[in-house]
Amino acid sequence: MDVTQFLTIAFTSILVSNVVLAKFLGLCPFIGVTQKTESALGMGAAVTFVMFMASFATFLLYRLVLVRYDLVLALKTPMFILVIAALVQLVELFMRARLPALYDALGIYLPLITTNCAVMGVALLNTSDAPLAFREMTVAGGLVAASWRGICCGLGFTMAMLLMSGIRERLARVNVPAPLRGIPIAFVCTGLMAMAFLGFTGMG
Amino acid sequence: MAQTLLRDEFKKGIIAQNAVFVLAVGLCPTLAVTTALKNAVAMGVAVIFVLVCANTLVAALRRFIAREVRIPCFIVIIGSFVTMVEIIFKGKLPPEINASLGIFIPLIVVNCIILYRAESFAYRHGVLRSLLDGLGIGVGFALTICLVAAVREVLGSGTVWGYPWVPVSWPVRYVPASILIQAPGAFLVLGLMMAFFNWLGQKRSA
Repeated sequence: MDVTQFLTIAFTSILVSNVVLAKFLGLCPFIGVTQKTESALGMGAAVTFVMFMASFATFLLYRLVLVRYDLVLALKTPMFILVIAALVQLVELFMRARLPALYDALGIYLPLITTNCAVMGVALLNTSDAPLAFREMTVAGGLVAASWRGICCGLGFTMAMLLMSGIRERLARVNVPAPLRGIPIAFVCTGLMAMAFLGFTGMG
Repeated sequence: MAQTLLRDEFKKGIIAQNAVFVLAVGLCPTLAVTTALKNAVAMGVAVIFVLVCANTLVAALRRFIAREVRIPCFIVIIGSFVTMVEIIFKGKLPPEINASLGIFIPLIVVNCIILYRAESFAYRHGVLRSLLDGLGIGVGFALTICLVAAVREVLGSGTVWGYPWVPVSWPVRYVPASILIQAPGAFLVLGLMMAFFNWLGQKRSA
């Protein structure tokens, strides 16, 4: 892993194929928790942290257990979701005991992350048709790349959440036609945002 | 408690409790796999299968699953059925459909619709009712994504089920608005369709 590879992963996962705007992952929190900027930021931070942990753990599990014993097709999906669910519980317990301030800030968002498809999605992308072929890397190299990608996808998610919450705080003050109020107008705005981000395609 | 008709357990999922337009769950696959009608049909079938099987099994085992560990149990049950779908699809479907469904088949395991029905319905009701509930919600979801996919495919690539809907022999040609099959088009189409159904609902109740 050299600096160029780190930068490529960062650029690709934050801007070019943003988890929300280009890959359609994590839409439930994107629509559900973006009414206020503070909660969007809290959710983004929690997701980034869990995504990093999950990318690390699932990649290790994939390479050292699933690939070695030829269980990829049969056990990948159930194992990954169990690892992510256990990890979220663990993070929650640890935070409550050791980092009460952070727990109070993120606490309510943590359980929701288990069913956040962005976390599972990034874990699956890391171990399947990853554009950077993490498959061909050594275990250590792939682990660094996968974890870094987890962090970057989390940052991309946080960025999309922040942008959306800014838009929605303004939308709350304008007179939107009745049928478009709430989720529909949020989707239309997201479409316009995604159109802007389409401009990054080809730069990755 | 008054028992609702069995027929209504099925019917409610299609319009009154439509997963996408009314409950606003399961949005990720709705946007991701609706680039073509074929993909949407495959996804719809997968979701109906997982939802019906998971609901039935959760309802059958509900007396043996302790409250404290119910969520991990649901996840294991759902994960097993999703793996079945994955294996079947890999063997039976043409590779280009598998490629465009991509990670969204394994992601059914975190699809909020399925966990939501297991938790809020199947864990509290009998086997037959849960089966019908799963079938209703599943069919409602499948119809919705097919509708979204139809709009996107017809306008975005000018085809229906892969065939151009303006015959090639005609002197006129439809120029596809390809933005609709790209990412922004998904958000725009779903947003406007939700608004349309809201408008219909509001007009009816007014």
